[in-house]
Amino acid sequence: MSAADVNAGPARRPFTGRRVRFGDVSLQVVAGAAALGATVLVGLIVWKLVDGSHLALSKFGLGFVTRVAWNPVIGHELYGAGSFIFGTVITSLFALLLAAPLAIGVALFLTELAPRTLRAPVTALVETLAAVPSVLLGLWGILVLGPALRTHVEPWLHSALGFIPLFGPPSTAGASIFTAIVVLAIMILPIVSSISRELFLGVPSELKEGALALGTTRWEMVRGVVFPYARGGVVAALILGLGRALGEAIAVTQVIGGGVFIHWSLFSGGDTLGSKIAESYQGASTNLQSSALIYLGLILLVLSLAANIAAQWIVRKVARKHGVTRGGHA
Amino acid sequence: MSAHGLSGPGLRLDRLPRRRRINHVMESLAWLAAAVAVAILGVVVWSIARKGSSELNLDLLTKPPIPFSLTNAPQGLSNAFAGTLVIVGLATAMALPVGILVAVYLNEFATPAIRTSVGLVLDVLAGVPAIVIGIFVFVLLVEGSGQSALKGAFALAILMLPFVARTTIEVLALVPNSLREASLGLGIPHWRTTLSIVLPRAVGGILTGTVLAVARVAGETAPLLFTSSLAGTQTSWNPTHALQTVPVAIFELSESADPKDHARAWAAGFILLLFILFAGLTARWLATRNARKVAGR
Repeated sequence: MSAADVNAGPARRPFTGRRVRFGDVSLQVVAGAAALGATVLVGLIVWKLVDGSHLALSKFGLGFVTRVAWNPVIGHELYGAGSFIFGTVITSLFALLLAAPLAIGVALFLTELAPRTLRAPVTALVETLAAVPSVLLGLWGILVLGPALRTHVEPWLHSALGFIPLFGPPSTAGASIFTAIVVLAIMILPIVSSISRELFLGVPSELKEGALALGTTRWEMVRGVVFPYARGGVVAALILGLGRALGEAIAVTQVIGGGVFIHWSLFSGGDTLGSKIAESYQGASTNLQSSALIYLGLILLVLSLAANIAAQWIVRKVARKHGVTRGGHA
Repeated sequence: MSAHGLSGPGLRLDRLPRRRRINHVMESLAWLAAAVAVAILGVVVWSIARKGSSELNLDLLTKPPIPFSLTNAPQGLSNAFAGTLVIVGLATAMALPVGILVAVYLNEFATPAIRTSVGLVLDVLAGVPAIVIGIFVFVLLVEGSGQSALKGAFALAILMLPFVARTTIEVLALVPNSLREASLGLGIPHWRTTLSIVLPRAVGGILTGTVLAVARVAGETAPLLFTSSLAGTQTSWNPTHALQTVPVAIFELSESADPKDHARAWAAGFILLLFILFAGLTARWLATRNARKVAGR
């Protein structure tokens, strides 16, 4: 990327004759180096994670991804990501299932139904929740939510729906996959609802008024005009929320309880990729273990990048269709 | 469901009572969703505020923690507050200039193709989970040589960078082109136009973005676990050592079994949340104050 051939449009370029200004070149080189640095950084992240996990990569190969094991006893060391990937996918998907209808309901409420006096306080509340750091939400999860779910919600779900394997016997400590799901749902709810709200606000009012003038009810207008117009953006918002849930480590570590097994009951403990990494922060006992942890990080990076790139791709596609760019980054 | 959106038979008048009923059910569901969500959000915010404010005291800010304390001697988290100030300050000092330069390059120099592809890179960087950034800095800098506040700040700076760059790009795009053209027309070189005409115009917006970025990373735990968490309990300002921070302290205290530790975690969390909300309000105030200025009206 040489400085000379990467230049602004001709309109912005001052007439300099043949003289090349030293100041122009140096600012362009310095600023270009910063942009190049940001690009290199992304590559460096991928490379360093591959590099750091080479011990586990060469010993376990791709079988690591599906194996259910985490045995750090020296001499019998065996590691696998299977149960953590399972935990990550289960918690994120169920969190999304819980949060999505609520978030879209809130967005519809705020744009179509709410009386003017309710709009500002509800929006402010949603934004406040988006600002709560995950460690604080985890603190609330472990001290307030977990015990409440264990004594009230889990026994009830077990007795009413216990025939479904998801709702097994209630947890003993209040730390369970279920608690993690609820915490993650609370975490992604403000993200999805604020992006959806912006998307719904962006629906041209001519279209909405036109539909109403044709004699539709408000719901028919929403179904026939608002949803089709905002569909792509809402899907992107949901994927962004999913990506956020996949990558969340701290709050999940605090409430999920831990454990290396694939268990269908949501009320048992477990671990996600992020929580397994986070709870090992005080150090690994062997090089192989620390390399396996970095391998977990690599898998997590791939998962969340896939989710994010999918969301970006949809946003760009929708933007081209509507000629607007909205709701791009959370 | 017989209502077909806007197509044909859906709008039949003889079905109007039924369509009204469906409409009524759907509106009620939206009200219900909003009520449930608001109730959950309200409970979270309220319980943090209630638990946090009841445990607030000055010792929290001025006294260090006492490890394995069996007495009731007052202890606080002064080490964590000092560490958070140092690390967030250093992270801002690293991310701000680089982020602004990236934005200047993309907005003032780059071709559209480069602008799109580096923009995509920034979005990808923003999507990397915080814990992965922590692992990355661990492999890059910590493994072998140990943790330090500087390395923790570097991890936070990576999180801030795409955010600062994105907001700066948006502000630079708002600076009217006529201003650049006027400056260039007077024979002022491109670099001086950028540095002394365009950037000063955008300062308010950049400040807003920075305040928001600081608010976002001040509560981050994950990048610091592997880079600046194994710290002492005395209050220190030395960035070459690992320093305790408020989020990491809350994380550790939340896993403790002692209710006194929980009390300090709530109080520290409450202060952190107040700081973040205050920063958000400041940013909004700066933004409305500057929106008119930037556009030159």
